[in-house]
Amino acid sequence: MTLAQHLPALQVVVPLLAAPLTVLLRRRTLAFAVVLAASWIAFAISVRLWMQVESSGTISYAIGNWPPPWGIEYRVDRLSAFMLVLVSGLAAVVLPYSRASIEQEIPAHQQYLFYTVFALCLTGLLGITITGDAFNIFVFLEISSLSTYVLIALGRDRRALLAAYQYLIMGTIGATFFVIGVGLLYLMTGSLNLADIAQRLSAVEGTRPVLAALAFLTVGISLKLALFPLHQWLPNAYAYAPSAVTAFLAGSATKVAVYVLLRFYFSVFGAPQVFDKVPMQEMLLLLALAGMFAASAVAIFQTDLKRLFAYSSVAQIGYIILGLSFGTVTGLTATIVHLANHAITKGAVFMLLGCVAASLGGVGLARIQGMGKRMPLTSLGLVVCGLSLIGVPGTAGFISKWMLIQAALEQGQWWLVFLIVLSSLLAVAYVWRFVEAAYLREPSNDPNTAAEARWSMLLPAALLVAATVYFGFDTSLTLGSATHAAGELMSAPQ
Amino acid sequence: MAADELIIAALLVPAAGAALIALCDRAPNLREGVTLVSSVLLLLCVVSLLPDVLDGARPAITLFEVLPGLSIAFDVEPLGMLFALIASGLWIVNSLYSIGYMRANREHAQTRFYVCFALALAATMGVAMAGNMFTLFLFYEMLTLITYPLVTHHGTDEARRGGRVYLALLLGTSIMFLLPAIVFTWFIAGTTDFTPGGILGGKLSAAALGGLLALYMFGIGKAALMPFHRWLPAAMVAPTPVSALLHAVAVVKAGVFSVVKVIVYVFGIDTLASAGVTDWLVGVAGFTIVAASVVALNSDNLKRRLAYSTVSQLSYVVLAAAVLVPLSMVGAVLHIAAHALGKITLFFAAGAIYTAAHKTEVSQLDGIGRRMPWTMGAFAIGALSMIGLPPAAGFISKWYMLSGAMAGAHWIAVAVIAGSTLLNAGYFLPVVYRAFFRAPDAGQSAHGEAPLPMVIALTATAIGTVLLFFVPDVPLALTRQMTGK
Repeated sequence: MTLAQHLPALQVVVPLLAAPLTVLLRRRTLAFAVVLAASWIAFAISVRLWMQVESSGTISYAIGNWPPPWGIEYRVDRLSAFMLVLVSGLAAVVLPYSRASIEQEIPAHQQYLFYTVFALCLTGLLGITITGDAFNIFVFLEISSLSTYVLIALGRDRRALLAAYQYLIMGTIGATFFVIGVGLLYLMTGSLNLADIAQRLSAVEGTRPVLAALAFLTVGISLKLALFPLHQWLPNAYAYAPSAVTAFLAGSATKVAVYVLLRFYFSVFGAPQVFDKVPMQEMLLLLALAGMFAASAVAIFQTDLKRLFAYSSVAQIGYIILGLSFGTVTGLTATIVHLANHAITKGAVFMLLGCVAASLGGVGLARIQGMGKRMPLTSLGLVVCGLSLIGVPGTAGFISKWMLIQAALEQGQWWLVFLIVLSSLLAVAYVWRFVEAAYLREPSNDPNTAAEARWSMLLPAALLVAATVYFGFDTSLTLGSATHAAGELMSAPQ
Repeated sequence: MAADELIIAALLVPAAGAALIALCDRAPNLREGVTLVSSVLLLLCVVSLLPDVLDGARPAITLFEVLPGLSIAFDVEPLGMLFALIASGLWIVNSLYSIGYMRANREHAQTRFYVCFALALAATMGVAMAGNMFTLFLFYEMLTLITYPLVTHHGTDEARRGGRVYLALLLGTSIMFLLPAIVFTWFIAGTTDFTPGGILGGKLSAAALGGLLALYMFGIGKAALMPFHRWLPAAMVAPTPVSALLHAVAVVKAGVFSVVKVIVYVFGIDTLASAGVTDWLVGVAGFTIVAASVVALNSDNLKRRLAYSTVSQLSYVVLAAAVLVPLSMVGAVLHIAAHALGKITLFFAAGAIYTAAHKTEVSQLDGIGRRMPWTMGAFAIGALSMIGLPPAAGFISKWYMLSGAMAGAHWIAVAVIAGSTLLNAGYFLPVVYRAFFRAPDAGQSAHGEAPLPMVIALTATAIGTVLLFFVPDVPLALTRQMTGK
């Protein structure tokens, strides 16, 4: 076997090995170099896997040569390849940024540990995405969650500890629910391999334990993806974590949880069982709508920009789940494309907010007054991302919104169309809180006028901002892949 | 240059101009030079397209596909040609005026002002030349966003409030109504291309057509149909050159232009006529005309009076388009041109009065015509055009509208046009009367005309208003092409 055949394993192993290496090296520069290299290699591998899947279909890789369903199977289909590229790509952009960012936010002697934990978090997220084994998902989920708790707790503000603790409790409950769900499935099917479970489930379809498993999995995963009203952990975690961590988590952690939900719904249970046997459609629809409106409304009244955009994330997750709740190919396409578009946009937002914090010492609305003049590039970037969150044409967010509206129209549900566009107006309101503070207020009397952040922070952020605009015009990568992935998911054998 | 290159050039010239203006931040004279040069270049590009379009050609270019069946595409048809001509031509005059105004009033952040102005023109060109509703929407939203910094230019609390109303109404209507309308159109017709005869024929029931039409008409908030007209007076907090070009020409005309485009090229006149779903639109537009005129009649603030006059005049275009008779359609399109020239003259005059005499209210204008004869002379011509009297361009467009309404036996429309003419006279003639025939109050500071560039600009547009009355050949030829009559 050549190296190319082991790419699925290497996808996870490379960042996994980078983690202990950094502990051995103990120097922050070396640690940075190792993890940076690992993330870039992981990105290259994911792109390679993606191209492979696009050309020759699903890849199945048996760990240790134990054939599935006995051994653990790594399985790369269109959706997981898409997510792998997204997650590793974000890591590859956030890492160069993180160096300058955490120098200001984390004590020097802890910095190498940041890279260690970051590598572990990346490992966990990639592992969840690539594995085809239910219990293995749980293992990687725990790896990513535990490392996330640490990453959040590294925040400079002492409240970061409380936020991490809060997330620890909620995350653990979520993981418990998840593992109970997996246990029930194992009980009913005797298998842990997702594809195998899917096949065996047809014999016990609709039985109470299976539906209970569906319920447990839904609640567990919804906690991780911060579906309203299980989102309470998210605003604090995003607000108090170091900027680089927030940027990475906002774009990857919740998105991977959505991926797990999609995986279980469409590849394991199958759409008919989820949507016909249980009123899941109505429940998800209501929660999504509630999230879109409640979280947006709360966002309008925030005075701290990180919290403001954290609540915006909860609202945007509402859009993602709304698309899923239609249970149609178009709806699913909207979900998947918004996963990517929102990940890119929010990644950019939180990176830029990190730049703001580095220059102005905080991201409160009072502190950023007049930053349009002091930090013109950062401000412009935030405006562009804000427009994407609103869904203005010419940005990635518009494509998502278009697909969502189309999905609602297909169902003939005009009232949903109007609710979708109405909630975008709430986004205008919270984005314009920033715009007015940045451009229409005079700088507060702080004489040590700050300029733009360092280039090493600004450039990676600018890259994501550019991507936000680029994917508003050229949608072949995002929408094209999402359409294919959605088609593959919906046609999955029952 | 080939025609498709000219289209791209028309978009890039103002955009490149904006970039250069930003670079010339430290050298104001050079910066204003760049503005003037790019405005002249833009007009050249647009004028070079004119012969082709007059010959019946439709220069078009498709850039790339964004969503399946939805491309960024440009297609210059007669209506767009006319709009592009008006906007680019008046940009030159307006730049001249802006230079005088901004310097005389020592405005801050002038570089930002000129950058946004140039970008707004680029967006306007995009709206004018858009080949499908999707492209039009893209540039329509861009125009809203890029004019926001111009509206809030002063950065005061009042500007912030005005900006909020401006943004909330324009962005709100376009996201709430226009976007669903476009997605639905695409969903039904599989395309959003502007096609002569429309793309919705036979695809929807009369009720659905009516609903969709309502979404479009209220979604195009820039056309300021009541009850979504409040942004226009709110935007008057902007410096006067902004009010002049953007809120007499580019922004509002982008609105009514889109309305006509949608009625002619998306629905198709025949489709709408056979479904008979535009009567309510005639009613709403008629109501807007009368109600806005009444508000204008009671406004002492000159710019506010002009703003409500604009709201009212815009609805003439909507009304004439909704009548669905070819003659009235000609009137609608001509009125886009006539109102642009007349209203920009009026705004220029208001700005000149503010600059020279620091007066903003109508009641302060007693005898000002004696000190500023050129300004008030131009104002009188603009007022004539608004009322629809010869020898001003407004007469021709109103003539066509009236004939169309009569030909279509739309007696409500006829009554509205006739009645509102009286109202227009009622709020414009007193201003002219005060300026020329009342004695100035005692103890006023002596002042003359505004700075020369401003006077030149407003005289030029006043002359244009009269010229369009005597030689309306080009707009008429373009309109005839569009309606096929």
